[in-house]
Amino acid sequence: MTITISEAAARHIRKSLDKRGQGVGLRLAVKTSGCSGLAYALEFADVTEADDRLFESHGVTVLVDPKSLAFLDGTELDFVREGLNEGFKFNNPNVKSACGCGESFGV
Amino acid sequence: MALLQIAEPGRSAAPHQHRLAVGIDLGTTNSLVATVSSGIARVLGDADGRMLLPSVVRYRDDAVDVGHSAQAAQVEDPRNTIVSVKRFMGRALADIEGASTLPYALLDTPGMLSLDTCRGVLSPVEVSADILRTLRSRAEGALGGELVGAVITVPAYFDDAQRQATKDAARLAGINVLRLLNEPTAAAIAYGLDNAAQGVFAIYDLGGGTFDISILKLSQGMFEVLSTAGDASLGGDDFDHRIADWLRANLALAATSPGETRMMLARARAAKEALSSAPAATLTGELDDGRTFALELTRDTFESITADLVTRSMTPVRRALRDAGVAADEVDGVVMVGGSTRMPQVRDAVRRLFQREPLTDLDPDEVVALGAAMQANVLAGNAAGGDADWLLLDVCPLSLGLETMGGLVEKIIPRNTTIPAARAQEFTTCKDGQTAMAVHVLQGERELVADCRSLARFELRGIPPMVAGAPRIRVTFQIDADGMLSVSAREQTSGTAAHIEVKPSYGLSDNQIADMLNDASDKADADMALRMLREAQVDARRLVDATEAALAQDGHDLLSKEEFNDIQTAMFALSEELESGDDLPRLKRATEALNTATTHFAGLRMDAGIRRALSGTRISELQA
Repeated sequence: MTITISEAAARHIRKSLDKRGQGVGLRLAVKTSGCSGLAYALEFADVTEADDRLFESHGVTVLVDPKSLAFLDGTELDFVREGLNEGFKFNNPNVKSACGCGESFGV
Repeated sequence: MALLQIAEPGRSAAPHQHRLAVGIDLGTTNSLVATVSSGIARVLGDADGRMLLPSVVRYRDDAVDVGHSAQAAQVEDPRNTIVSVKRFMGRALADIEGASTLPYALLDTPGMLSLDTCRGVLSPVEVSADILRTLRSRAEGALGGELVGAVITVPAYFDDAQRQATKDAARLAGINVLRLLNEPTAAAIAYGLDNAAQGVFAIYDLGGGTFDISILKLSQGMFEVLSTAGDASLGGDDFDHRIADWLRANLALAATSPGETRMMLARARAAKEALSSAPAATLTGELDDGRTFALELTRDTFESITADLVTRSMTPVRRALRDAGVAADEVDGVVMVGGSTRMPQVRDAVRRLFQREPLTDLDPDEVVALGAAMQANVLAGNAAGGDADWLLLDVCPLSLGLETMGGLVEKIIPRNTTIPAARAQEFTTCKDGQTAMAVHVLQGERELVADCRSLARFELRGIPPMVAGAPRIRVTFQIDADGMLSVSAREQTSGTAAHIEVKPSYGLSDNQIADMLNDASDKADADMALRMLREAQVDARRLVDATEAALAQDGHDLLSKEEFNDIQTAMFALSEELESGDDLPRLKRATEALNTATTHFAGLRMDAGIRRALSGTRISELQA
């Protein structure tokens, strides 16, 4: 069970956490929602829950709850620039289908 | 994948939900519901995996059956088992060919006929709503959520009243209609987009009760309907009837009971379906008198007794080709739609006319529903990327116009105009000082008002008095993407304006629909019963008054004392019934009794009247 973070993503997360001034790390989660059944959530974490799994990468802590981890195992979190947009991208090997909108996926 | 941003704890934005939308093929014989999931259109089956829902509704005292169970009850309960209700949608009793041979209790109600069942008087809209309700719950069960809306297909030849009736049925069933779509156009979506085809295509749709032919032009993902034609009363049912007629002739039966008719039609349908793959089929059954029969029908015989039906479908095909300005050999493909196109003789006829093999890749029963589902998916906002960009141009199937002096129709929007469309034309007054103008909206191809279908009437008042011909009244016709019409009239010098949304000509207003939605069918039944009672009361009152006047005038001269008393007794009985009550059957019986009692008297009066008119007239004068 592992989750990795690209260097670009780590740099952006550190910058965002510094700007915010507080927080223990970044929480990755999967919610049952959206048109293809599942959707990613990306939030700042202020507290660590008892059953969270922690991943350290490039000096950033990523927190994942065990339910979400099943869907996220092997995922690489990247930060990319596409045209005028920049943002986080999940390279998740578990995904079988994705919605055209890009926010939602199925496994 | 979209790019994500970091959110505050618990503030992640929920992505948009998949909006559940379906396509519904509300057919004469069978209905289907389809949806698009993961980019693929598929038909939704019932719990037993059956895709087709027979468009049959059976009304029982305590329940309503729809589909296979209702179909199974056809023979035992023909009066309360409604098949092919689509033929009645938006139609008056006079529009229905061979209404007297149908096993239903049809009532000639204003605008649209209705059916008298054990659940009371029902309109075809309510019967269709029961079918749609079944499809809706099937879809919601399969998709696990509430539907955002549906695209419902109608024959290209449906007029405004029939389209509106279909919309009303959907609303009664709690379905939001995203759009009505012409059936052949839906078939084109299913075929044209999946195969990325280009060129001119003909859609030959021979369903259970309707025949449609459409000529479509497909290019770069955009398609345009060049022309449509058809026959609103030609379909697979007619082939069943031919076989039933053949049975009747071979069994030397002059007439059959409703139950027998039903049984024979069911056997006929089974034989027809068998003949698509077998050279012969055997029809067996038992008549009411206990006689049994077993007759073999060969495909050759079947083809010869139905040859004229196949030929009949070719006339609209040629008309559509002519309207589109396309020769039969310029058509790049012919799409076969409807279960009846499985019949080998139909495929042969199409092949001969177009000189090419017709397309039958997709299931002809499902193709319309699949196309409707694709359209629904786009309209609900689910499609992303290229799919969302395609554009569909549709046409209005019949010309729309208004009445002018002398009972003539002035066409404003000619048939086969692409919609949505708006056209305007100027009119003027015909009398000096005329301050109002009646606008009578009509649909049809004929020149005389009497031959076209009346859609709506409204008046433009407040025209400033001027000499005839001076006012300039601009009448604008507008058709939206569903093919629904609105008409406005505006006097240019004064700015006086009037406007109408064309409502179904059978006259269900929005409020009535809302009431019906609220109180289900109970209230509608009561309304209908009340109306029938009122009509009967008016008739009875008129009869009593006429009888009274006649008796006073020459009752004593013409009638024996006994006859006089009989009539008077019947008249008093009816008056009493009128006073006391609201019992429709009793009122009708009393009216009937008085009618019978006065028949002889009426004859006597007529003779007396003629004698009076002739007395003192010479025969020579009469002859002159």
